[in-house]
Amino acid sequence: MKRVSLFTICFVIFIISWVFLEFVMGGVISKPIPSSVISMYMALILIAILVHVSVEDTRFREFLRPIHETLVDENRHVRRIVLAVLIPLLMLGYTYSNLAQKANPPGDPRDAHPSPPLELTYKDEVIGSMQTVENPHRHYEKDDPEKFKSHVENGRRVYYQNCFYCHGDHLDGQGHFADALNPLPANFQDPGIIPNFQESFFFWRISKGGPGLPASGTPWNSAMPIWEDHLTKEEIWDVILFLSDYTGYPYRTFGEGH
Amino acid sequence: MRCCSSLITKKRLYFILGFVLLGTVLLAVVPAFAQDMTDAEYRPFPLIGSRNAAWIAAQLHLLFGSFILGVPMFAVIIEFIGWKTKDERYDRMAQEFIKLCMGAFSTTALLGGVLVFVLVWCYPKVLSKLSGIFGPTMIFYVVLFFGETFTLYLYSYGWDKMKGRFKWVHLVLGVLLNVWGTAIMFVSNTWLTYQTSPAIQYGKASVETQEKWLESQLAQNSELTRAEVLEGVTDTTVISLHNETSGEFLGTVWEAVNNFTWMPVNIHRLIGNIAFGGSIVAAYAAFRYLVAKTKEEKAHYDWMGYNGNFIALCGLIPLPFAGYWLGREIYMFNNTMGINMMGSLFSWLFIIQAVMIGVLFIGANYYLWSGMGRIQGAEIYARYRPYMIAIIVIGVAIWMTPRTLSKISTASELSAMGGSNHPHLGLFGLMTSKNTVVNIVILTTFLSFLFYRRSGKTPTVSWKGIGNIVITAIFFLGVVSIVVIGIVGFIVPTDTRVNVLTPWQVLVALGVMVVVTVVDIFLYRKATTSGTINWGQMTERSQYVLILLAITFTSLMGLMGYARSGLREGWHIFGVQKDTSVDAFTPALGDAVNMVSIIMVIFFALVGFIFWLGLWGDKKKQPATPIEAEATVESDD
Repeated sequence: MKRVSLFTICFVIFIISWVFLEFVMGGVISKPIPSSVISMYMALILIAILVHVSVEDTRFREFLRPIHETLVDENRHVRRIVLAVLIPLLMLGYTYSNLAQKANPPGDPRDAHPSPPLELTYKDEVIGSMQTVENPHRHYEKDDPEKFKSHVENGRRVYYQNCFYCHGDHLDGQGHFADALNPLPANFQDPGIIPNFQESFFFWRISKGGPGLPASGTPWNSAMPIWEDHLTKEEIWDVILFLSDYTGYPYRTFGEGH
Repeated sequence: MRCCSSLITKKRLYFILGFVLLGTVLLAVVPAFAQDMTDAEYRPFPLIGSRNAAWIAAQLHLLFGSFILGVPMFAVIIEFIGWKTKDERYDRMAQEFIKLCMGAFSTTALLGGVLVFVLVWCYPKVLSKLSGIFGPTMIFYVVLFFGETFTLYLYSYGWDKMKGRFKWVHLVLGVLLNVWGTAIMFVSNTWLTYQTSPAIQYGKASVETQEKWLESQLAQNSELTRAEVLEGVTDTTVISLHNETSGEFLGTVWEAVNNFTWMPVNIHRLIGNIAFGGSIVAAYAAFRYLVAKTKEEKAHYDWMGYNGNFIALCGLIPLPFAGYWLGREIYMFNNTMGINMMGSLFSWLFIIQAVMIGVLFIGANYYLWSGMGRIQGAEIYARYRPYMIAIIVIGVAIWMTPRTLSKISTASELSAMGGSNHPHLGLFGLMTSKNTVVNIVILTTFLSFLFYRRSGKTPTVSWKGIGNIVITAIFFLGVVSIVVIGIVGFIVPTDTRVNVLTPWQVLVALGVMVVVTVVDIFLYRKATTSGTINWGQMTERSQYVLILLAITFTSLMGLMGYARSGLREGWHIFGVQKDTSVDAFTPALGDAVNMVSIIMVIFFALVGFIFWLGLWGDKKKQPATPIEAEATVESDD
């Protein structure tokens, strides 16, 4: 039986990797992966294959042998013609699929997270610097657990009266209106949301809403209302307590500097 | 040609080069002199604009500076090894490194002059503000510069004269050269880091500064009492070193020097200089290898390239740790700046950074694995290579996976994914995942080096079996610990992750490397050499990889410099002096990449020219170091 060439093995590994990412990882195991991310992973897999085959001269020659034979050997005439037709056709198809008009608008070019201002305000009142302001009800967690609990309960009331329509019953961004919004409402159950930001950041986002987002990193397209027009300072701080209490994620805090 | 080289000496050529460059700058700036010479805040730089002029001058100065500060660090160590082992090859290689440095030294100084000139002309108010605070350090800088210059000349020109019983004096000069160089860098870092983080923690400020700050706060908020201002102020509260209304400086010079980002930038640059210097030297050696005509030359430059890459690797391995510390301090100074850096305006830059660091790690490993091809007996380690490639590539893939995919996905893809974060791959975008894989990639690179070091040798100690089991167990436990810490990082508060878990991950990785190195040294102390290193038998591909590494290092330095500087956004001095010039906008990432690429091309053109000048005079004088081209029964350590 004829031995399978190294080139063929590498080619098969490459295709299997693509099938795994596109259909297994992006279908069976999890949700679909964007094509740009798959391209990035495939580029890395290609690099890995090329590194493996080219480190040693003998292996590299073995890898290149079928390519060389296809290009120069007399008895590979048919294969050459097939490839000469197939490769331009594939390139044509790829070019067409990229250039053809599709009803598929590009993704959102906005930044992942807006840059907060240096100063935290409620309406026109300056509360303090974004860096140092803390939730005024947070200390009850240690000092007076009962009082803390009442603030959390107040936060729960505020949330289910105002926020759950978009952010969902379970704070997972799957509220009734979620499907009509782009970008989707924040998912507080995501481990990358609450732990990455201070409570002051959340106060700013809630109080100023979509219209209060910074000029840089636009377009934001946020449907978040300006909640400082409807909620008191205490209610906003309480709902912030509730978000953390419900999800179990602590907010970002800072320790000692150098 | 001989006639030309005798008429136009190397020194004279440097002078000509210097005058030509200075003349070009003067010619470009002369039209601007004709404009308003009154007390302007800004003056335009012709054709390319002030910001671009300052950018090019500063970046080129930094790249050359990095090279001339990095090379002497390892040159003196190599010279010391040569002295102790009585191996002339090391001494000659160190001397060759310093020769490369000499050529770049005058260009660094010249570019520093150009930078000052551009700043004085284009940004007089900024320079005035900085010199008002840092005046004493600028005088100190000049003193250090003289010290560095004269020590470098003594060190270089005295190389042959101090051989023999005065070698130790020469080595002391080498150490002194590094002391001057490091001090120069530390001093100049104060100015630029202060622009980013002009603040101090309340508890670290002097009593006078605390009092001045308090008075400035009371003056701004006349309705408040002292007690009300101090309410909520703790030792860790960040206070500005300037009066927020008048801009008056409130602190001491030392407080300004010891700002949040100063020491992290110092350490990051110190290590980075070694990596960068090593990579440039390796690229130089690679080029010489590719054009070498004789076996001896090939052998010599192969050996030099190996050493350059080894030095670059030594710098590269701890570099991410230092970078992480810098990032942490930026968050500590100002959370908004931190969010801008990692989650907002500059976040995609860090994806590009991950790609480039991936190139560095894959390239460095590729070179090591290629190098094992020239060692007889290294074949036994080849079977591990596919797994190591897989670990490194998976690590790099995780490192470069963005957290938020909205910018690189179509609307239908976002909808299918259920948002801008992928439910599973999105976890790769969090820092705890990235820190975990960085440490594993570093350990894998270390393992590559360990295999290289062991190639062609057989341990003779009686406990060799146990020794190998111990090393394997240390690696296994280290990797398991790093992964477990990484998983715990998803569930603990961020403060705990940043200040406790991540340092532990770093300590585990460093601990594994230190302990394994010590055990391995004893294990192979009296090893028999079963194979030989055939210097000069590397593939040409591996040499192009060395050149690629130098290009990647240069680009990376340029891009991360853009991030460090751009983080100030619309400020010359963050929160203190606003940028009101026409250039008061943050360039888009694409523009920055173009600019960095242009600077990189200029840098390599200048470096190539300087190296060529250096070689011109030496061509006839010095043959390549006589290393046996084949069958060199020498171990690399």
